[in-house]
Amino acid sequence: MQEKKRNWLSFGGEVLILAAIFTIVQYAITAGLLNQYYQINLASMVINIILAVSLNLINGFTGQLSLGHAGFMAVGAYASVIMTNMLGYPFIAGLLMACLAAALAGFIIGVPTLRLKGDYLAIATLAFGEVIRVVLQNIDAVNGPAGIVGISRLTTWPWLFGAMLLTILVVVNLVNSSYGRAIISVREDEIASELMGINTTSYKVLAFVFGAMFAGLAGALYAHYFYIIKPETFNFLKSFDILVMVVLGGLGSTTGAVIAAMFITVLTAVLQSFPAIRMILYALTLIIVMIYRPQGLMGNRELSRQTFGRIWGGRK
Amino acid sequence: MKRRSGRKLAMLVMMTFVLSILAGCGGGGSETQDEQINVGINVELSGGVASYGTNSKDGMMLAIEQINAAGGVLGKQLNPIIKDCKSLPDEAMSVSANLVGEGIVAQLGPLTSGNVQGSTSVMMDNGIPLVAPAATAVNVTVDEKTGDIMDYIFRVCFIDPFQGTLMAEFASTNLEAKNAAIYMDASSDYGKGLAKYFKETFEANGGTIVTEEGFVKGDRDFKATLTKIKGHNPDFIYIPGYYEEAAPLIKQAREMGITAPIGGTDGWDSSDMVAVATAENLNNTYFTNHYSSQDTDPQIVAFVEAYKAKYNGKDPDSFAALGYDAVQLLVQAINDANSTEPEAITAALATIKDFQGITGKMTIDEQHNPVKAGVIIEFKDGGQVMKARIQP
Amino acid sequence: MLEFSQQLINGLSLGAIYALIALGYTMVYGIILLINFAHGDIMMVGAFVGFYSITLLGSNIVAAMIFAMIACAILGVVIEKIAYRPLRNSTRIAALITAIGMSLFLEYATIFLLGPQQKVFPQSAFPLQQYEIMGLLITNKDIFIIVSAVVLMIILQFIIKQTKTGKAMRAVSVDREAAVLMGISVDKTISITFAIGSALAAAAGVMIGVYYNTVNPLMGIIPGLKAFVAAVLGGIGLIPGAMVGGFVLGILETFVSGYGSSLYRDAVAFGVLILILLIKPTGLLGKNTGEKV
Repeated sequence: MQEKKRNWLSFGGEVLILAAIFTIVQYAITAGLLNQYYQINLASMVINIILAVSLNLINGFTGQLSLGHAGFMAVGAYASVIMTNMLGYPFIAGLLMACLAAALAGFIIGVPTLRLKGDYLAIATLAFGEVIRVVLQNIDAVNGPAGIVGISRLTTWPWLFGAMLLTILVVVNLVNSSYGRAIISVREDEIASELMGINTTSYKVLAFVFGAMFAGLAGALYAHYFYIIKPETFNFLKSFDILVMVVLGGLGSTTGAVIAAMFITVLTAVLQSFPAIRMILYALTLIIVMIYRPQGLMGNRELSRQTFGRIWGGRK
Repeated sequence: MKRRSGRKLAMLVMMTFVLSILAGCGGGGSETQDEQINVGINVELSGGVASYGTNSKDGMMLAIEQINAAGGVLGKQLNPIIKDCKSLPDEAMSVSANLVGEGIVAQLGPLTSGNVQGSTSVMMDNGIPLVAPAATAVNVTVDEKTGDIMDYIFRVCFIDPFQGTLMAEFASTNLEAKNAAIYMDASSDYGKGLAKYFKETFEANGGTIVTEEGFVKGDRDFKATLTKIKGHNPDFIYIPGYYEEAAPLIKQAREMGITAPIGGTDGWDSSDMVAVATAENLNNTYFTNHYSSQDTDPQIVAFVEAYKAKYNGKDPDSFAALGYDAVQLLVQAINDANSTEPEAITAALATIKDFQGITGKMTIDEQHNPVKAGVIIEFKDGGQVMKARIQP
Repeated sequence: MLEFSQQLINGLSLGAIYALIALGYTMVYGIILLINFAHGDIMMVGAFVGFYSITLLGSNIVAAMIFAMIACAILGVVIEKIAYRPLRNSTRIAALITAIGMSLFLEYATIFLLGPQQKVFPQSAFPLQQYEIMGLLITNKDIFIIVSAVVLMIILQFIIKQTKTGKAMRAVSVDREAAVLMGISVDKTISITFAIGSALAAAAGVMIGVYYNTVNPLMGIIPGLKAFVAAVLGGIGLIPGAMVGGFVLGILETFVSGYGSSLYRDAVAFGVLILILLIKPTGLLGKNTGEKV
């Protein structure tokens, strides 16, 4: 009884914290306290968080090395822009279409390739990501390599915050559900879980589709914030960037992915002012962090797993 | 107990989040010194097109150095603030916002059309002019859907239709070509844009495009496609792209026995063309350009000499020349406006007439494009021979 | 038919380049199961060493190649000591990220020191000879590359199968703990593996530099990626697999460009690759051993 009451108290507390963050940032934006530079980096940060958390579902929790996340981001970005800019539907329709298209792409790619193991899966997903990019480069209806220009800026802080919350909520819930336990068992020992009667392929596909869907969402938010999308932006190096965030944060730790995405975004922004040695510093950071924290910043632990789980509706 | 410490950590994360957003909120907008004019240089110094950005930046820095040595502009020194946009449009946007926070009066760069377009909305929101050295896509300065002019965006380079048309006219009139093959840089809007306009004009002149092929940036082996093109037996081959690919491409084509004339674009302009492709292989090739780096015009000679002196004997390519001109055009505008207010500079940029740059005499038209002469240059035994000069 | 044979030759010479890079890639993978994404960049460093020894020291192509191989062997050993060894007992993906970091470091340190522009090899470094056999064009460079790839593969296969070092390498790759018990120095064996793998990359780098006349700091990215694809395609960890994978990928790309559309080259080549993997998930030469429980 006592326990339950405390749960509700902390639940309320954490909702308040989230609401406070949202309101403070919203106020800072409307009152002009946050200049454009910080707003842009805030948007990048949130988009990176969504990408990292969703890839972490595939790479971290399911243990399937995917190197094609930028491809799904591209699918989402293009699908949403076709809906809003070309066909004139409202933004929400664009977002939904982005999720749908990316999830479908995830399903089409996941079903055949997830039978592959380890590095063979990595290469297949990488190849698919590149195929998506090259195909986009050759479709004249979306302007080929020049990309689509003049996308209205519909991505605002409420959308960003909502999408980020939704992503984390769904991923945490999924991981803490019975599906999640099955997914994690696949990572820990695929053969053993198969023997336990778990249909490993279908769980892998499930995680893959969810991961792809949120990458698509991130792509849609990206497209409607940065004015232009072109295929080259979504090449395999972009996939590597996302992977870096996931591993830096700690495979299988959602909070880790969030922290690492924030860290990488801030690092990238700070290094803008050191053009000559920017990438050298970035590379050294990766190497040094990995040498001293090979399990990532968070390992596979969560920050207050229980409280987070409860906030975002998971079981204990 | 365990849970409580977990909660503390959770709070910590939240705090970090908010802090990292708000951090340095007051730090933006560093004080601008009155004696200096802050000019933002937002170019690609890392990522796929780092070499274009670096060359152009070198051209810009040469111009800024010369201007400052001669006493600056309106009695003030130019203060370049260089930042890297990683060859990505989103990063270009962030860098522009960063530069705006540092109090720039104008921005130079980025190089590619897509990255300029990334930067565009920030420049428009803040009313600060941008001079693009090499963004050739039409929709950089004009919204193609609405026909609106991008008020603050200017450029010093040709637009794609001009060069594509120029080479098509030259191929059908001067070379009397009937069957042309196009082998473009399909990974850039530049290559695809030029190919499109070349095709339109060439077909309008009664010619046929026998095949359209593409390579991607970084390719070094073109033999498969060239073998295919050879089978079509074209009497002209158009290669819109940059010298890094065009030079080995021409070399392989000639070694394979393709003797047809080959045409290219200002992206070919580099001393590496002869070094890689060899003088002999380059015979019977032509490209459109703003100027010839082997011109004897004293202004051009002085530029080439100064550039070589500053950068260890390296020859300037078209990116360097255009970067140099972008600075000079901006300085001209500041002088014309007699002000360092971004609005005044923008107004002056829009009305510049007969500005004499390295890449030609230009007048900014109502679409913010420079109207300047194009030249067609032929490679002859390693030297450049001007075949034609076309006023638009 | 003539065009077909010509395309086959084109494909072989392109494939030989992928194979050359893939050899070192697959060897390192075979011993320590690390996807060494920095391999393409070690190749780039080798190409630059070769370039400077030709232009500054005036050495000939063979000497340049030896210089480059020695320099990169040292570089490879150092990289392994600093960046990979501390991670040997961590997850493989952590080492993968370090490899990505190392790859970026090599690229941008080179840009920092030498600028991002390409450098042009003097044409005299390797004068071109062209032969026409029954209407088919083949150059001495093609022959040089194809022969080198095959010879290096045989040497490598010999080292691994016949020498004591090779035996140690195989032992380490099968069971590291057992190898230690048998008195094999794991550290030393892995260092030698990196030295040989990096020297191979350097040889490939110099050949590619000479073949295409240019070197630039980002030249390793795409060939590195393609070589990785080739290695996996052939069955990663297998020396002959790298060879086969390289040639298959080269011929595939050539035929897509030659008979399909060059615009879709990479898409079709990668598509076929996925198909091959789906049909034969362990690569062309890989044995399906099944997973041990």
